[in-house]
Amino acid sequence: MSEATGGIEGDEDVSGVVKKFMFVNRKAPYGTIYALEGLEVVLISAAFDQDVSLAFVDDGVYQLMKGQHTKAIDVKNFSPTYRALEGYDIEKLFVERESMEARGLSEENLIVPVEVLSRQDMGKLMEEQDVVISF
Amino acid sequence: MSSSASKRMLHVVNKSPFERDALASALRMAQAGSGLLLIEDGVYAVVKGTKAADQLKAANGVTVYALWPDLEARGVQDRVLEGIKMVDYGGFVDLVAEHATVQSWL
Amino acid sequence: MKFGIMISEGPYTHQATDSAYMFTKAALAKGHQIQRVFFYHDGVNNATKLTEPPQDDRHIVNRWSKLAEDHGIDLVVCVAAALRRGIRDENLAPGFRISGLGQLVESGIQADRLVVFGD
Repeated sequence: MSEATGGIEGDEDVSGVVKKFMFVNRKAPYGTIYALEGLEVVLISAAFDQDVSLAFVDDGVYQLMKGQHTKAIDVKNFSPTYRALEGYDIEKLFVERESMEARGLSEENLIVPVEVLSRQDMGKLMEEQDVVISF
Repeated sequence: MSSSASKRMLHVVNKSPFERDALASALRMAQAGSGLLLIEDGVYAVVKGTKAADQLKAANGVTVYALWPDLEARGVQDRVLEGIKMVDYGGFVDLVAEHATVQSWL
Repeated sequence: MKFGIMISEGPYTHQATDSAYMFTKAALAKGHQIQRVFFYHDGVNNATKLTEPPQDDRHIVNRWSKLAEDHGIDLVVCVAAALRRGIRDENLAPGFRISGLGQLVESGIQADRLVVFGD
C-alpha cells in the first residue's frame, strides 16, 4: 500500500463507481507548485477510470504554453506531461476563451489540443461535475 | 451522480476581490441558481461602499452567502451589503450538503 | 452525508487549515461523517510533530491529532508532497498517516462532497 501503489488500497471497493471529476487550474506554472502537483493528481486519477476533465482558466492557461525552457531557472520542465495525458486516456482539456484571449493567446500557442469554451459553456460544464478539485 | 433535486453548485471564494481575481472568475462562470459563499478574506466582497460591491450586483441569479465568523474577525460585520445571507460554520456545512457540488476558487 | 476534506496549505501562514478544522467540527456536530482529510501541497506541514506555537495560540497540529483520535478520522498526508517538504514517519504527528495521491481520488469517489481548502 501507500507509495508503491500510489495510495490505491485494494480493500476499499470503489469499483464500478464513475464520477465526473474536474481539475481546475487557475495558476501559472513555476511561480508556484500548484500546476506541477496538480498534474500529479491528474495522472493518478487515470488509474481510477473516472470521467476526468481538466479546466484551464485565468493564469492556468499559461501552463499549456509551448516553448517552455526551464534550464536557466533550474527547475524541471513538466509541460511535456500535458502531451502524455492522452496516453492515460485523459483527453478532455478545456480552456476558457476569455482567459486565453485576455492573455493574447490562441490555440496555436498551446502544447496540446484543447477545446476552447466560452465562459457560459465552461460554467455549465462545471455544473455537470460530481467532484471539482482546484489547485 | 449529481442529483437534479439538489440545488446547483456552491462556489466558495476565500480571497479579497482587491487581492485576487477569484471572485470575478467565479461570477463569470457561476450559473443562475448556484450559490456563492465568501469565507476568509473573501468576505471583504460583501462590505458596503466598496468598488467590489458592484461585482456582486452583476451576480444574476446567484445567491450570495458570507461566513459570519470571518466577517466578525475582520471587524466588518456591521458594514455588510443588504441581501447577503450570513451563515456560521454549521450553515457552511448545510450549504455544501444542499448543493450538488462545491468548487473552491483558489 | 460523507464529507471528504482537502487541505492545501500549511498551518498558521494561511487560514485554510483553520477553516477546514472548523468546517469538520461543525459537520461532525451535525451528525455527518468525515470520510477523510487529505493534506496536499504545503498542507502536509499540518502533520509535523515539531511545531511549537506560542502558548496562548491554538495548536493546529495537536488540534487535528485530537479530532482524529476523538472521532476516528482518517488524516492522510500525501507521500510525494511530504517527502518534498521533509515530513516523514519520524516527525509525523499522532493520528496522521502517509499515503499516496490515490487516497485523494478515492475520497472524491467515496465521499458525497469533497471540499477543498487552500490559498
